[in-house]
Amino acid sequence: MRHLIIGSGPAGVVAAETLRKADPAAEITLLCGEGEPPYARMAIPYLLKGEIAEGGTHIRKDADHYDRLRIQLVQARARGVDVARRTVDLGDGRDLPFDRLLIATGSRPSLEKIPGMDLPGVHSCWTLEDARTILAKARPGTRIVQMGAGFVGCIIMEGLLSRGVDLTILVRSGYMVRRMMNPTASGMIRTWCEAKGVKILTHTQPQGITLKEGVLQVALGEGRVLPADIYLSVVGVDPNLGFLEGSGIEVDRGILVDPTMQTNVAGIYAAGDVAEATDCLTGRRQLNAIQPNAVEQGRIAALNMAGKTAEFRGSFVFNVLTTLGLVSSSFGEWQGVPDGESTEVLDEAHYRYLNLQFDGDRLVGANCVGFADHVGAFRGLIEGRVRLGKWKQRLLQDPTQIMQAYLAAAHSVA
Amino acid sequence: MQKSLHLDPNKCTGCLQCEMACAWENHRSFTIAKSRIKVFTFHKEGRFVPYTCTQCDEAWCMTACPVDAIRLDPVTGAKIVLEPTCVGCKVCTIACPFGTINYVASSGKVQKCDLCGGEPACAKACPTGAITYVDADWTGLGKMRQWAGKTDTNPATV
Repeated sequence: MRHLIIGSGPAGVVAAETLRKADPAAEITLLCGEGEPPYARMAIPYLLKGEIAEGGTHIRKDADHYDRLRIQLVQARARGVDVARRTVDLGDGRDLPFDRLLIATGSRPSLEKIPGMDLPGVHSCWTLEDARTILAKARPGTRIVQMGAGFVGCIIMEGLLSRGVDLTILVRSGYMVRRMMNPTASGMIRTWCEAKGVKILTHTQPQGITLKEGVLQVALGEGRVLPADIYLSVVGVDPNLGFLEGSGIEVDRGILVDPTMQTNVAGIYAAGDVAEATDCLTGRRQLNAIQPNAVEQGRIAALNMAGKTAEFRGSFVFNVLTTLGLVSSSFGEWQGVPDGESTEVLDEAHYRYLNLQFDGDRLVGANCVGFADHVGAFRGLIEGRVRLGKWKQRLLQDPTQIMQAYLAAAHSVA
Repeated sequence: MQKSLHLDPNKCTGCLQCEMACAWENHRSFTIAKSRIKVFTFHKEGRFVPYTCTQCDEAWCMTACPVDAIRLDPVTGAKIVLEPTCVGCKVCTIACPFGTINYVASSGKVQKCDLCGGEPACAKACPTGAITYVDADWTGLGKMRQWAGKTDTNPATV
């Protein structure tokens, strides 16, 4: 059996390892599209901070890890999939044949549609190569204008500031990390950043970028122009599935998969950021570009590719973010649900905030700022659809009793 | 036979010797905020519940780690954080549905119970037998682990 995996992020690597366990005799090939060993983008902020070397971003540390598991790494990018001939086109004349295919191509940065995005000095911060470029250019005093304050935009700030740069953040909406955080939490993150010397301009969207005497000119409209040495475009990500156009593999926002992670084409699977699976809270199909989801889907896909039976039970969105040292997290339906109830506790002076959202006597969502202990229990409560019973009323009065509620309701220990 | 921590809230008096022993063992400090085992207080019920990692088979923390910083100790079965490898991204802290792996701001790394290499300091320090280190089959952890294995469908009873 020839297993081919496109994409060497966490989903692809875990899938390859799972395949080896489940199918000892199989041929396993892992396509790496960036000319790098498999690495974790999650580690890039710490590379920018200088806390780790490049090797610290690698998903597996032993040099012979892939050889030992007989996982063949091929440095190439997939240009197309021929579902009839069952080959992947590598664009250099090579066609790789497969019996089972896993598409785990992840996300790529969304492109801003403004003039000047091709100028030197305009970068994203997504790949190891992006990080190298930023590390080479960012010096004390370097003017960086960063468009976007979502998850990536926030998590890289500490690394950038640690280089002594002059950082200005442009935010299209009124709120930072608005896909993760409610206005209160978002506002706290903004205040925190501003207190650390970051300039933040909300309701601001560049009209275009030009180059004048070696300096980028970021036009903000109404004649306002920001000079910049580096323009960082971090306005979100899209699933990396352009190469599937015309292949017959069904896509919507992502690749559509069934609970075995199989696409509409038998023997072809998808996992990770690129897959659109069912959300276990809403029952709707959705993209879920988070690490725990990627590895779980990679594992499930691999088991099915190896002929075992395994079903993805659905996932929901949760994430943890550190913005210049301020830890925040977001779980599930943090915006609340119709006819739901909510409760919160806020200590602005100490940057502590906890907001809980309930549907009946179940927790369905949460936002935390400055509360980092035991936050995994939020996942347990939400995904487990744990009935809180009398503890719901207690939480409405004191949300900080969340661990007591979890232990009592989920483990029946009190 | 692999052993595991057995936590019995019925025997816990909330003395916090376990938290002090853990903080001392791992941080050479009695700052109990840094303890990997935590005693939760239930004021209304007058009850104390010691709580830490069960070294679950699913090992959500270990599989979620993007940089291979959590490994299995084959001797004790503990999932161990390799501090020099951990980058502090905290993905494990939200992946663990038990909430038993936590970020330590002062080190910039996460920490969890590692069973002290097979001689858990908390069990040694516990004066009432609320924390014992016994054969895994005796601990009744099965229920908890089972719950972990099907978190999406089974509403737990109150």
